[in-house]
Amino acid sequence: MSTISTPAAPGTFRYQLASFWSDFSASRGALVGLLFIVFILLVALFAPWVAPHDPAMQDRSALLVPPVWHAEGSWSYLLGTDAVGRDVLSRLIYGARYSLSISAMVVVLSMGVGIFLGLLAGYFRGWVETVITRVMDVVLAFPSLLLALGLVAILSPGLTSAMIAIALVQLPYFVRLTRAAVIGEKDREYVIASRLSGAGHLRLMFNTLLPNCMAPLIVQATLSFSTAILDIAALGFLGMGVQPPTPEWGAMLANAREFMGSAYWAVTFPGLIILLTVLMINLMGDGLRDALDPKMKRS
Amino acid sequence: MALLDIEGLSVRFKTSSGLFAAVEDVDINVDRGEVWSIVGESGSGKSVSMLATMGLLPWTAQVTADRMTFDGQDLQQLSPRQRRRIVGGEMSMIFQEPMSSLNPCFTVGTQIDEMIKQHLGGSRKERHERALDLLAQVGIPDPARRIKAYPHQLSGGMSQRVMIAMAISCNPRLLIADEPTTALDVTIQAQILELLLKLQEDTGMALILITHDMGVVAETAKHVVVQYAGRQVEKQDVKSLFANPRHPYTEALLSALPERAGNQDRLPTIPGVVPGQHDRPAGCLFNPRCQYATEQCREVEPVPAADDPARTLCHYPLEDGISPSPAAAGVARDNPQSSPHREVRP
Amino acid sequence: MFKFFLVKLAQLVPTFIGVTIVAFSFIRLLPGDPILLMAGERGISAERYAQLKSQMGFDRSLIVQYFDFLKGLLHGDLGNSLVTHAPVMDEFMSRFPATLELSLFALAFAVIIGLPAGVLAAVKRGKTLDHTIMGISLTGYSMPIFWWGLLLIMLFSTILGWTPVSGRISYMYFIEPVTGFMTIDSLIAGDWGAFLSALHYLILPSIVLGTIPLAVIARQTRSSMLEVLGEDYVRTARAKGLSNFRVIMVHTLRNALISVVTVIGLQVGLLLAGAILTETIFSWPGIGKWMIDAISRRDYPSVQGGLVLIAFIVMIVNLLVDLAYGVINPRIRH
Repeated sequence: MSTISTPAAPGTFRYQLASFWSDFSASRGALVGLLFIVFILLVALFAPWVAPHDPAMQDRSALLVPPVWHAEGSWSYLLGTDAVGRDVLSRLIYGARYSLSISAMVVVLSMGVGIFLGLLAGYFRGWVETVITRVMDVVLAFPSLLLALGLVAILSPGLTSAMIAIALVQLPYFVRLTRAAVIGEKDREYVIASRLSGAGHLRLMFNTLLPNCMAPLIVQATLSFSTAILDIAALGFLGMGVQPPTPEWGAMLANAREFMGSAYWAVTFPGLIILLTVLMINLMGDGLRDALDPKMKRS
Repeated sequence: MALLDIEGLSVRFKTSSGLFAAVEDVDINVDRGEVWSIVGESGSGKSVSMLATMGLLPWTAQVTADRMTFDGQDLQQLSPRQRRRIVGGEMSMIFQEPMSSLNPCFTVGTQIDEMIKQHLGGSRKERHERALDLLAQVGIPDPARRIKAYPHQLSGGMSQRVMIAMAISCNPRLLIADEPTTALDVTIQAQILELLLKLQEDTGMALILITHDMGVVAETAKHVVVQYAGRQVEKQDVKSLFANPRHPYTEALLSALPERAGNQDRLPTIPGVVPGQHDRPAGCLFNPRCQYATEQCREVEPVPAADDPARTLCHYPLEDGISPSPAAAGVARDNPQSSPHREVRP
Repeated sequence: MFKFFLVKLAQLVPTFIGVTIVAFSFIRLLPGDPILLMAGERGISAERYAQLKSQMGFDRSLIVQYFDFLKGLLHGDLGNSLVTHAPVMDEFMSRFPATLELSLFALAFAVIIGLPAGVLAAVKRGKTLDHTIMGISLTGYSMPIFWWGLLLIMLFSTILGWTPVSGRISYMYFIEPVTGFMTIDSLIAGDWGAFLSALHYLILPSIVLGTIPLAVIARQTRSSMLEVLGEDYVRTARAKGLSNFRVIMVHTLRNALISVVTVIGLQVGLLLAGAILTETIFSWPGIGKWMIDAISRRDYPSVQGGLVLIAFIVMIVNLLVDLAYGVINPRIRH
């Protein structure tokens, strides 16, 4: 009915995208969050060029130097140094690489597996559903961090095992959401039409049902991303995550803890950057939810 | 002096795309013991004007009026506390959806008791007695048992009876019923209307019935206000309205009644829908759906003639069922169906 | 109501069996040989090794071992700790009250502040107060609580010296454990000073542990208040001429609470996860710290028993929340 020209006609992908963007950018918080995430992603990506120092370099002549705004501070170490003379700022910048990349992997892993299991459960129902939901109930019965700790202990502490453990802990949320969405969509006309026109199980599940269940999953993905950052830092803090001397935010906090009384900066900044990153992702998540959830949408 | 005297009532809502005038320039003056009806399709702003009178609109609504008095008290000047004394006590309201209008967490008795306590007071025992009386009065069987029921245990008709019991519990002088039967089964509708009229007769309160059903109007009201797209298009007493509708919209509503359609195969309908916020036409708001519309109707907003007691909002008010509009010549009067259906699209 | 309870209870059985399988597999999957680990640096003779192995049942098939474990569990026997050699059940029960006391105080803190904050934000929707409250709760929601704890210790203990750094009570007091709750036991002992000291030691950990639940409760309260404020029955309440206060606190909040209570219940799992970090930071002698120690010392029976018991507690609390939901929501009750 309408030619392909601006403004996009309702129903097209471009129109949806434009309508999504106008809803999303209506929230200032969501935009700020998005900008911050882009900024920190760029910093992480270009860490070797951005960071003033090598994160592992130990300057023996500059142990526990305070940040630049103190009288004893130095321009060379903007946010001060830690107990072995490493630059806090550079370690934070390199730390962003670990936190962001592991968390992204966690989301990809648990979202991928979760969607698959959720589709199976919601599409086939019956015993498949029973088994999958029961297993997820078992996972949910354990406090998430405890289960992650236990898994890391089995897999031996380190980056990969932390990632797998946290992905597993996040899994049930994706499974439940997908299953609920699939059950809600399954009997709609377009699905039945697709089935009648001879689409197979796989095609129905992935091509027909999945795209229409994506909105809540995308919101959950942002939530899961921020939780993953927190959990990785928590594991690092407890000594069960990324191992020193890797500059991971949680591990930096754990190392600095004993100098809490004398060198506040070594404790304050890693935590602050965790808080800020998680906060900004959550701000963006709230904006996404408002823009994607038709129930919350203003007319 | 009228009991409820409203002149020039307008309600505008703040929306993301500017102010939206849901109600504009509505007059209504109800005397003690009168039965009034406000008629119009959904979207005509009939509920909004009464919610504004009750002070029940959300904060996004701006309510203005040249005059808005109840029993001589200026509703616009009252403090919220003073206004709350009138609302519920002297002027009460029941709504379209009885099932969702009762709080699911409290028993019927608690909700009636709360109202009595607020406006009449009295001891717990007296209030309980009164609640039982009220339930009996609105025709609820076994009030002693029903008073302990939760709303989800009641049917729609029962819920509306409870709402009515609550609304009349403090002997109001005006009861506003906002489409009280729309959500109910057809068999129940007549019972509820009968009940409302009986209560009105017994207590002598005034009653404003909001409805979209001309049949209901004919059976109940003495005076009728017809609203269209937030505007009051005509105001007459019921006999002359039915005998001699002045506005083409009223005429169209009346001819949609089965009793009036005669022995045609199909009931006449009014093509199109009430315009919303974004698709209000220029000129007369009714012009895209009016079979008599002329160039003037499409360009100039009508104003009621000074000497017209019905205050008809039309360039060519009907006289004895005949439109003086030049466009009327081409319309076969006895069969509105034959008029071309102009689809209304923004 | 009772039938509702039984059905819910029956639904938990398969989940609980799953939990026992996970906990059981855990220690079989952990790297390292528990017996060699017990022996420590000095090593162990082959005979002694075989003897210990059969004593602990490791020489039998996994299926038999699992059913032994289940049988023990039903009798409340979870084996002995490899470190202290005390029964795991006793170790757990002696520490659980500390965690429970801390969690209850944290939850009370979260509810007492979060609920009114959420109500206030909903009532002042779109105003500065709403934005402020929501901004603070989103920050709380995003808080890395291990850092938050350190920050508060740095400020209130190190710099201001107002609150103690770690432990449950000042070393000046010795309170005979009766219930395991330091606050209650000190009152039983009639020692007012000890009671105040116990409260003093509870402040910071409760704030730290309660921060995220507080944020969740405030956000949930606001959104369900806003939802209920749009309901027809709230309009009816206004049409009755009730005061604003009554419309909001009685008619709106009462209904909004239905979903808030569910969310509060869901916080229990979160609280126990948070307790692991909070107890580590404040050296709080509860099950969180005990589990961390058990994992890092590879105290297999303790890890296994602890996992089962903690999951059991989470499940029971969720069941209680379901019941509370029935009580608070008349539509379910009848």
